[in-house]
Amino acid sequence: MIEVSHVSKAFGANRVLRDVTFEVARGEVVCLIGPSGSGKSTVLRCINGLESHDGGAIRVDGLEVGPATLPQVRAKLAMVFQRFNLFPHRTVLENVIEGPVHAQRRPKAEAAAEARELLEKVGVAEKADAFPSSLSGGQQQRVGIARALAMKPDAILFDEPTSALDPERVGDVLRIMRDLAAEGMTMVIVTHEMGFAREVADRVLFMDGGEIVEAGPARELLSAPREPRTRTFLDRVLRPL
Amino acid sequence: MPEDFLVRAAEFLPILLRGVVVTVQVTVGALLLSIVLGLVWALMGRSRLKPVRIVSRTVVNVVRGVPIIVQLFYVYFVLPEFGLSLDALAAGIIGLGVAYSVYQAENFRAGFDSVDPALVEAAKSLGMSERKILQRLMMPLAIRTALPPFGNTSIMLLKDSSIASTITVAELTRAGQLLAVSTFQNMTVYTLIAVLYLAMSLPLTLAVHQLERRMARR
Repeated sequence: MIEVSHVSKAFGANRVLRDVTFEVARGEVVCLIGPSGSGKSTVLRCINGLESHDGGAIRVDGLEVGPATLPQVRAKLAMVFQRFNLFPHRTVLENVIEGPVHAQRRPKAEAAAEARELLEKVGVAEKADAFPSSLSGGQQQRVGIARALAMKPDAILFDEPTSALDPERVGDVLRIMRDLAAEGMTMVIVTHEMGFAREVADRVLFMDGGEIVEAGPARELLSAPREPRTRTFLDRVLRPL
Repeated sequence: MPEDFLVRAAEFLPILLRGVVVTVQVTVGALLLSIVLGLVWALMGRSRLKPVRIVSRTVVNVVRGVPIIVQLFYVYFVLPEFGLSLDALAAGIIGLGVAYSVYQAENFRAGFDSVDPALVEAAKSLGMSERKILQRLMMPLAIRTALPPFGNTSIMLLKDSSIASTITVAELTRAGQLLAVSTFQNMTVYTLIAVLYLAMSLPLTLAVHQLERRMARR
């Protein structure tokens, strides 16, 4: 579904991605973990072309990601952001139908009916006509997920979806993501939630310094990391004191 | 004295109101022109092409750097030498519209700059085209930010429409001047003029405030 092969990228002299290679199969859930600045968000943003990559190739459903293919690539992928990025001047419902109606040109009534079902599914149906600013962070992120699902994507990219949430609201969002995974959605998730990665991810990739240091089945990598750098990182995250 | 004032005011008011009509024409015409041109300069300033951006910056700096009265003289007295003769009202509207377009451009620019790039990324990730992003995201959010300075600019334009009197446009100030020199009733005439300008600017202020409040709710 998603193939990232030998991708590199530099901002000036700063090499943010070095020879990054991995694949995500259809229906697979892959978590990207690693310290901040390790390049995991950048990889995600390269997949849907929010950032360009300098070397290597990225394919989505066989389509090589580049300026010319961005519309087709973005039609297959949706993204959920750390800071939600809901449109502040539109209601919750309008946020969810914005993509279907104004990018995919689907009839508004049909899109709105589906959007209401999605809002029901993520538990914010009663907020359909509210503006995002009146919602809590957890509610906003659930709307963000509904907005992504409304695109009927082949895969969803999650960029630290719970990092900006109050701790007691994190579970609401993670449960929705777990349900999506169970339904067979293809997901690439940048996260610091190791418990979630262990339980839900098929595979985990550990990144540091712009490269993939270690990749493997979630439980294996998280409980018995082979690389010293992975071990150090996991030690710090799991036992901060 | 107060009775005299009221008697004269009643006599002068119809003449001055004709001037008010022209002032409104000049202000509304120049305002619309300045909004359209201002948006053009602001969008050119955001172009990917450097020459386009340079043209926009140059227009803004040149127009902003020349007194409005000189620009009006230029449109009214100089353009005819190039075969473009405009009547005074048209010259006033065009001159003020161009002069004010650069302030509108700055208002729009501040508005565009205020749009969170993360929202643009969200729109891109939804697969929206550049045009749709401009229409449905950038413009509405930019206008919301640009509204308070826009109200300010509009009131300045209303007052500066009096500069059109220098190229014989029979707007409020000119109508009053003619009345004052023929009747010597300076106090009555200029008090009435001031009150009439206030009667136009205060509702304008209120209207912009209303608009701000309506948009801020979202």
